[in-house]
Amino acid sequence: MSNKIGNVWIFIEQEGGKIANVSLELVSKGRELAAKLGVATEAIFLGGDLSGGVDTLHHYGCDKVYMVESGKLEPFTVLPYAKSIVDLVKEHRPNILLFGATNKGRELGPRVASELMCGLTADCTDLQIDDFDDKVNKKQYKNKLMQIRPAFGGNIIATIVNTWEDPQIVTVRPGVMKLDDPDTSRKGVCVKIKPEITSTETVVNVIERVQQEKEVDLQASQIIVSGGYGVGGQANFKLIYDLAKTLGGDVGASRAAVDAGWIDHDHQVGQTGVTVRPKLYIACGISGSIQHRAGMSDSSKIIAINTDPDAPIFSCAHYGVIGDLNEVIPKMIKAFKSKV
Amino acid sequence: MSYTVIVFVKQVPDTQNITGEAMKPDGTVNRAALPAIFNPEDLNALELGIQLKERYGAKLIVGTMGPPNAAEVLRESLYRGADETILLTDRAFAGADTLATSYALSCCAKKIGKFDLILCGRQAIDGDTAQVGPQLAEKLKIPQVSYVENVEELTKKRVRARRSIEGGFEVVECPLPALMTVVEANDPRPSNVKKIMLYKKAKTRTELSKAHSDANYTDAELLKEEEDNLRKVGLWIEELSASDIGADVERIGLKGSPTKVKNIQSVVLTGADFKVVDPTEAGVNSLMHELIEDHTLG
Ligand SMILES: Cc1cc2nc3c(=O)[nH]c(=O)nc-3n(C[C@H](O)[C@H](O)[C@H](O)COP(=O)(O)OP(=O)(O)OC[C@H]3O[C@@H](n4cnc5c(N)ncnc54)[C@H](O)[C@@H]3O)c2cc1C
Repeated sequence: MSNKIGNVWIFIEQEGGKIANVSLELVSKGRELAAKLGVATEAIFLGGDLSGGVDTLHHYGCDKVYMVESGKLEPFTVLPYAKSIVDLVKEHRPNILLFGATNKGRELGPRVASELMCGLTADCTDLQIDDFDDKVNKKQYKNKLMQIRPAFGGNIIATIVNTWEDPQIVTVRPGVMKLDDPDTSRKGVCVKIKPEITSTETVVNVIERVQQEKEVDLQASQIIVSGGYGVGGQANFKLIYDLAKTLGGDVGASRAAVDAGWIDHDHQVGQTGVTVRPKLYIACGISGSIQHRAGMSDSSKIIAINTDPDAPIFSCAHYGVIGDLNEVIPKMIKAFKSKV
Repeated sequence: MSYTVIVFVKQVPDTQNITGEAMKPDGTVNRAALPAIFNPEDLNALELGIQLKERYGAKLIVGTMGPPNAAEVLRESLYRGADETILLTDRAFAGADTLATSYALSCCAKKIGKFDLILCGRQAIDGDTAQVGPQLAEKLKIPQVSYVENVEELTKKRVRARRSIEGGFEVVECPLPALMTVVEANDPRPSNVKKIMLYKKAKTRTELSKAHSDANYTDAELLKEEEDNLRKVGLWIEELSASDIGADVERIGLKGSPTKVKNIQSVVLTGADFKVVDPTEAGVNSLMHELIEDHTLG
């Protein structure tokens, strides 16, 4: 057996041919891991019509794109995707396989990992290459993927290692890996694959599909003004909207505000909402639970407005305003308007 | 009764208020130190099972893998409406990751034999992985439908369900047997006090023999008779070991788990070192000024 390790693979998620942001974030991260390991970064790109996407993947840094096109891959169902991916993995044995921890990635990844008898770690928030000394089994592993993720409702951070045969498979939350800029001068290889999908895999039929554009795409926002339970009511969310509008930002929310029915779930920031890293995050009337902080603590600048000086949100804030948001926000709007 | 529906559930530590002490040095969870509850989305799976039983007639079997104490979620399943319960418990199961867990559950399903549907909660609040459902489906080579909100129609051969997808929903249809993972889209019904009182008495073999030895009673025949009585009135929790379900010992527990925990850090709040801004006009003005100056705003 050769000692040569496999490449870093990224599953590219697409909807109607449009590549999901998380997949490009993973290409950026995948390149970094591949550079450390001295291997190539390769994409597996599946769907019904993929024209156009391949160049984008090369621009973001994929050395090779396995393009798996078939009418049976549209609309997305798990089994045909799993079969196609498993066949490819068995043939090429990548070292690492990354999925976005989206709805699709989280139902597809486990099916693939189970069939390959590989370990799988869900919802990673960081990935590193390091050695692993398994003291229990007295075994040493070189250059393994450190799979770092929160567990226990965010109360702990665990580093997990896959000790069985490659690939080391993980899903990664959207928004946590930094997206590098594309370089249009980059070129790469494209390998077209005809998948072998049989009637065993096409048993799940999509009869109806209703999908709406999200109300907001907070992951693309540079300025986010978020309201929590301290806003006090749906009508009072107007204050949050006013500040966001004045500053040219979007509106986020805590789960307590969403659960209270004051604002749609699309706005929720945190462990069960979106992970954001804007230039500026203003938390208004948000206590800063661990689940909320998990989704925003990487923001470049954080302002917390809270009446309670002991609120945990201040632990990740750069600026803290200890006061009533009903008084502070109008002052901010006024101050900003008079400055610009 | 025309259908057999299996619901796999998990007893989980209540993750709301826990500390690093809840973890053992080997990185596994010290469950004893935490209050244990019925995993919330598994209650939604059970509720869906009960609805199917009401609508179509079904035998509802609830299974779990865990320490002997996990029998508690099975008692709860009984008073909520399960017909039979199975506890997979064995030291050899300990330390399982999702791959080893799904393998053990697949052995249990095979042991049950014929079934039409398996329901699982989408994910458990201790790990939030959402992996066991899809992996179990793969182990059994049956189709999976994830994130199910409800079942629109169940027929002898097929099931049609509505599931949530990013930004909307899908209605899908697939042949039986199939596995579905269920999201928080129904309200598990409260159970009535009478039933709770009754099913509190349900026992596993271990619990029954312990009750006997506590009372210094070791008559094997009597034990058997009591077991039969409990069975007759639906108060028996079947207890199965790894060998009872024919599981390969290399594929269960820590041994059967490819993923190893390298280390665990509890999340500690760093001391606050933020810039305090006065909630006054002057304070807010200087804050906004600073943000405009450093190009965060404007
Ligand atoms: C599995 C799980 C997942 C979760 N996922 C998420 C998630 O993704 N996102 C999320 O946000 N939460 C999540 N939560 C919930 C989280 O634990 C908290 O319950 C929630 O974030 C609290 O929201 P809050 O800070 O708005 O409300 P509270 O905790 O009630 O805080 C309100 C704050 O407002 C302050 N306040 C009150 N009045 C005023 C005023 N007039 N001016 C200024 N301040 C005021 C109070 O001092 C308080 O600090 C999750 C929980 C669990 C168990």
